Amino acid sequence: MKLEGKRNIWKDYQKEIANDNYFYVRSCIRQNFFPGSEQTFLKILRTELNKDVYENPNHTTCSGIGYHSDVVPFETLQTIVARQFALMTEAGYKNLAVSCITSFGIYNEVIETWKEFPKELEKIRAFLKKATGREFEVPENVAHASDIIYKFREDIFAKSKLALVNKNTGKPLRIVEHIGCHYSKMFPSKGVGGAEFPHVLVGMIESWGGEVIDYPERRHCCGFGFRQYLVMSNRGYSVSNSRKKFESMEPYKPDAILCNCPGCPMFLDRWQYVIEEMEGKTYGENGHGIPVLTYEELAGLVLGYNPWDMGIQMHQTNVEPLLDKMGVCYDPKLKYAGKNGKLIGNPAMTGYTCE
Amino acid sequence: MELYQELTKDIRFVEGLKSCMSCGVCTAICPAAEFYDYDPRLIANIVQSKDNDRIKELLKSETIWYCGECMSCKTRCPRGNTPGLIIMALRSLSQELGYFVESEKGRQQLAIKRVIGENIVNRGYCVLPESLIPELHPEQGPVGEWIFENTNEVFARVGANYNGDGPGPLRKIPQESIDEIQKIFEVTGGFERFGKIEHFSKLKAEEMGFFEDGNNYSEYVNHIFTTDNGKHNRQ
Repeated sequence: MKLEGKRNIWKDYQKEIANDNYFYVRSCIRQNFFPGSEQTFLKILRTELNKDVYENPNHTTCSGIGYHSDVVPFETLQTIVARQFALMTEAGYKNLAVSCITSFGIYNEVIETWKEFPKELEKIRAFLKKATGREFEVPENVAHASDIIYKFREDIFAKSKLALVNKNTGKPLRIVEHIGCHYSKMFPSKGVGGAEFPHVLVGMIESWGGEVIDYPERRHCCGFGFRQYLVMSNRGYSVSNSRKKFESMEPYKPDAILCNCPGCPMFLDRWQYVIEEMEGKTYGENGHGIPVLTYEELAGLVLGYNPWDMGIQMHQTNVEPLLDKMGVCYDPKLKYAGKNGKLIGNPAMTGYTCE
Repeated sequence: MELYQELTKDIRFVEGLKSCMSCGVCTAICPAAEFYDYDPRLIANIVQSKDNDRIKELLKSETIWYCGECMSCKTRCPRGNTPGLIIMALRSLSQELGYFVESEKGRQQLAIKRVIGENIVNRGYCVLPESLIPELHPEQGPVGEWIFENTNEVFARVGANYNGDGPGPLRKIPQESIDEIQKIFEVTGGFERFGKIEHFSKLKAEEMGFFEDGNNYSEYVNHIFTTDNGKHNRQ
């Protein structure tokens, strides 16, 4: 095939990611479970890459979890999204940087709805004006935060202190990646590599020296399912889907699981603990769990950041097996310290996933 | 009321159902179909039939509450349908008409409204650390319990701004922004949805023998949050 033809085919799987001047919108789940990841993202962009990222404290949830658990109507969701866009417009920004995959899916769903149903856009403009007096422009570029890390992955590696290489064997670390359903299953053209060849995490792993491991249930949902986790009696759905993935990846002996979505790493982390408590089963080496990381945490480790500054102590399944393989320096005594080294006591750990 | 016509007023339904040829690819890819006694192909079949009685039965059923809205079906349907969007339209109509209380899974909407819904309109977040009560979230494990008991210290350690002014993770959303969110709910029908969930749930609670207990039907909420009749799963 001629090179030009090949390039044309792959054009459908590439997306434009803004180069600078981002309006940052946070994630409910990431703020609760991985707040250090969001701070790490901002640190990387502002101090390593010298990018302009603006956060308006008045922005709120996109209400996506309420929408996808069906207590928030579509019109309400669209108007809350329109309010976020109004804050962005008022601040003079055109590039939205989204911390959450659920939100990313929602921003894309709302924008695509307005393209296909222009009257809906008119209706939402009127709703927002009536409710808040605000007006808005639709963003020119919508990127998930991982898209931005992906775009600058080589610049990040140029400043790296560590690579994704096992310091004992000299071999690349074996990593499985989990994209998160709402990244590109709904709107394939909005994700790097589309729904068929999602490359956003693969690009990071490979550029930073690791090896991507394929496995049969690679694209299966983590099991969040919104109401299927939110309600206690439904959580069997959630853990069963995570378990399906663990069972599928186990034979390939991954050193870590890398996640795109804020919710997926929480589930893939916590459900390993639950499965060990319920069944005595663990999926990692030597009876341990498989460490689960956010892409911000992985980027931070490559850049030599302190894992406890990034909040890796907030994981239930211990990440130390991976830190040791990478050669990360850390002080185990300070893992569960509070601010300024204040000792606040340790979690009452049980089981191998936590040791 | 012609229920099919009602569904077509929801643009997600218009987008979600173009023309189903019943190939079953959605069911093959569906995480819910593997866990629950659930078949998204049948959902598309029923709504496509336009049969009022069958759609009414569906709106009152457990079935429409099994989907996890992962939208894996969107990617795979060869006809461009999205059963997940059909489900969202069905769930909205079921709540509009009060039919959701006729199923165990549907009744759970009150618990979701009371936690996620109230968090959104009162605090500007879907989820908050204080919602993650260890007794209700044992899956969060010892680390989750440690975070719950040391929230301020743990969040401060990683640079969060928990309940603080200005930007940052878990900052306090300014009151004027909360006021705007509440106004949006008022103008767009969000509070009306909340009101219907509360109204129909209270009627059902009393029908089931739960009464106002001085804490806004908290025993009923606890019941719907924890009860499973054991008949939902694929055998």
